[in-house]
Amino acid sequence: MNSIITHSPALLIAIPLFAAFITPLLSRIHRRARDGFVLIVLAATELLALLLAQDIYANGIRKYVFGATLPSLTHPGTMSIPVRIIFEIDGLSIFMVLISLTIAFVATVYSSSFFKKEDGLDRYYTLLLLVTVGMVGMELTGDLFNFFVFLEITSIASCALIAFWVDRGESLEAAFKYIVISSIGALFVLMAIGFLYGQYDALNIAALANSIQFTFIDKVALVLLLAALTMKAGIAPMHMWLPDAYGEAPPSVTIAVVAATQASLYGVLRVCFTLYGKGLRLNMAAVGWTLVGLGLLTIFIGVTMALVQRSLTRTIAFAAVGEIGYMVIGAGTALAAGAQNFATVALKGGVFHIFNDVLDIGLLFLVAGAIIYATKERDLNNLGGLAKRMKYTTVFFLIGLLAVAGMPPLNGFASKILIYESTYQLNPIISIIAILSSILLLAIFVKIFYSLFLGPELPHLRDVKEVPKGMLVAMAILATLIIIFGLFPGYVLQTIVDPAVAALSNPTNYINAILGGA
Amino acid sequence: MDETSKIIKTVSSVMFPFVTIYGLYVILHGHLTPGGGFQGGAIVASGCALLVVAFGSDAIAKRVKESQLSLLESIGALGFISLAFVGIATTFFYNSLAGTKFLFGRIPPYGSNPGYLSSGGLLPLMNLAVGTKVIAGLFAIVLILAIATRKKGGRSK
Amino acid sequence: MIYNIPYIAVIILIVVGLYAVVFKRNIIKMVMGITIIESGVNLFLVTLGYRAGGVAPIFTNLPEERQIPGQLVLPIPQALTLTSIVIGVAVLALMLALTIQIYRQYKTLDVTKIRRLKE
Repeated sequence: MNSIITHSPALLIAIPLFAAFITPLLSRIHRRARDGFVLIVLAATELLALLLAQDIYANGIRKYVFGATLPSLTHPGTMSIPVRIIFEIDGLSIFMVLISLTIAFVATVYSSSFFKKEDGLDRYYTLLLLVTVGMVGMELTGDLFNFFVFLEITSIASCALIAFWVDRGESLEAAFKYIVISSIGALFVLMAIGFLYGQYDALNIAALANSIQFTFIDKVALVLLLAALTMKAGIAPMHMWLPDAYGEAPPSVTIAVVAATQASLYGVLRVCFTLYGKGLRLNMAAVGWTLVGLGLLTIFIGVTMALVQRSLTRTIAFAAVGEIGYMVIGAGTALAAGAQNFATVALKGGVFHIFNDVLDIGLLFLVAGAIIYATKERDLNNLGGLAKRMKYTTVFFLIGLLAVAGMPPLNGFASKILIYESTYQLNPIISIIAILSSILLLAIFVKIFYSLFLGPELPHLRDVKEVPKGMLVAMAILATLIIIFGLFPGYVLQTIVDPAVAALSNPTNYINAILGGA
Repeated sequence: MDETSKIIKTVSSVMFPFVTIYGLYVILHGHLTPGGGFQGGAIVASGCALLVVAFGSDAIAKRVKESQLSLLESIGALGFISLAFVGIATTFFYNSLAGTKFLFGRIPPYGSNPGYLSSGGLLPLMNLAVGTKVIAGLFAIVLILAIATRKKGGRSK
Repeated sequence: MIYNIPYIAVIILIVVGLYAVVFKRNIIKMVMGITIIESGVNLFLVTLGYRAGGVAPIFTNLPEERQIPGQLVLPIPQALTLTSIVIGVAVLALMLALTIQIYRQYKTLDVTKIRRLKE
């Protein structure tokens, strides 16, 4: 058991990667064998991540050196710089890994009954496992170029998945927009990595964080990294690809892309708090205020554009854009406030909101997918009165709606109250805009709920049935997690979020774990 | 005219083995000279692309099915990951074949020397796995793009 | 001054590539623009490793009188560039496959005519 935990950083990447390439061979046997195999692999990986999380919360940061004679041998011989690619796992990394693996598991459960008659499904599962590998690799690695490689793996695999329905022209256009924007962003990340490597001759995040000096080229590299990573995370004014990609992809692909977006947001946090962490108290206030401004713009654009949409999935996609703004104002407040004590509260709210938002928006997208599966309609004007026929779907949509709008006792309230409290102390206007947008989101979704589910039944929808069991199980998993997080927020904050926030606020722990306290 | 002339077909058929041998040489000597898995695989794939251009995608598609290329690609990827698992007792990707009496296990002498092929441990085997995958993958890309842009129709897959 | 010419070439390549992506209407020209930007960034990475008067970093092929590692060109940027080239090939293949499917759907390659997803 102990050796499994020692090797678990490598196994978390290796097992889904191995399964991704066995899946086409298995699908020649029977398609149920392939579905069951992918489910078992993802469940085993999630168990491994939970074991590793327990170990990290007890023992601190864990590192894994690939190709060395010991998993913790960062300085072989007499070297004074770390060689080889090193995975470094602290509280924030394992938090994001749990999010990614949960979403991948739910997406697989959902897609095993959503796709009944399509071909090309074995490549679909390969690509879904590759998206999982890319996300988990982005969140575990301690090496900047390795982060870029996993970022590209995630974006290429998710672009191929977004274009899965190739007979719809809108999906192809959305996928093309996505790949053009994301590959230009990734090339800018590579340029910034080139700048940092040329200055300091190191690619390891801990070694770079130790020797960063905030010269002009470092500031240029920071701007390039932040611009590209916030573009991948869907923050305004670079959010244009997000509503198209979320709205036109198959629903299980959409929640995987949501998780990939949060992994890019993890990249933003890692760059701001750890890579440039030495200037955390001195120089990063300007970056913090910029992030707060961008976050407010994101909330505003997301919520107001969600008012005028006619397609169900596009409305939820714009609501997702608005929710990302909440996380960003949490992180920006923590940077701009410096050493005052509401900075920690803001960061806790922002980080907790990452998990809550993935669950809420994921549930709403799965419900939208269920409606598309049952009625084959996408336009809100042609749907109505579905509550009599699809009872479970109605309940799930109600839970998702209340959670997104931040109603107690669901989990959206727990994280949003932390964000409201802390941003109010920075500047009251931020908090007022955030609260008003939340109320506006509630209004939008109540109107959609009324027009979709309540009301008279339309004639061409008389024979819709409830969706199959697999999709209901997937939605039930997300709804259960939402209710549990809402009822026991203190327990969740203490166990999962506090180590993540502590890891972000102390970059010296991260540096000393690799460089040995020198 | 739609067919290429007989000179082009004959010369490409003669050139294809030479290009393949050169590509395999670059793959196999990856641990001694510049090259390795991706570079050598791209050379072999460009030789295959030469055949596709000379003979037309219909003739090549009759002989090579896309499922065979997909199988070869999966074998290459599985081979690479299995080789990485070999050293899992120490760490992932540990080079546990260097210094043993197995196929590539010899340790070369220090300093300037002409280079010994049987050194490097796991690295030449990984080069072979990556080379297989790259050959299959790039050939599949060229073949499928050529089939999809035919003048009359094309498969809708 | 002569050692700065590759960096100037990098800037020119990236600007030309961005111009092609932003201002051209044909999809194939946009794809080519992205490939040009990628070539510029790869050139930047390779040029970072140059040391004046150095030889190729092959350890067992050094001439007898050079000191190690005094006059070797740095090998790490070459590995980074190789990985980036492979990623560029994969992205190019994906974009071309999407272009073929878009042409089959819309029968045109003009970007202004495929914009069905407004607002």
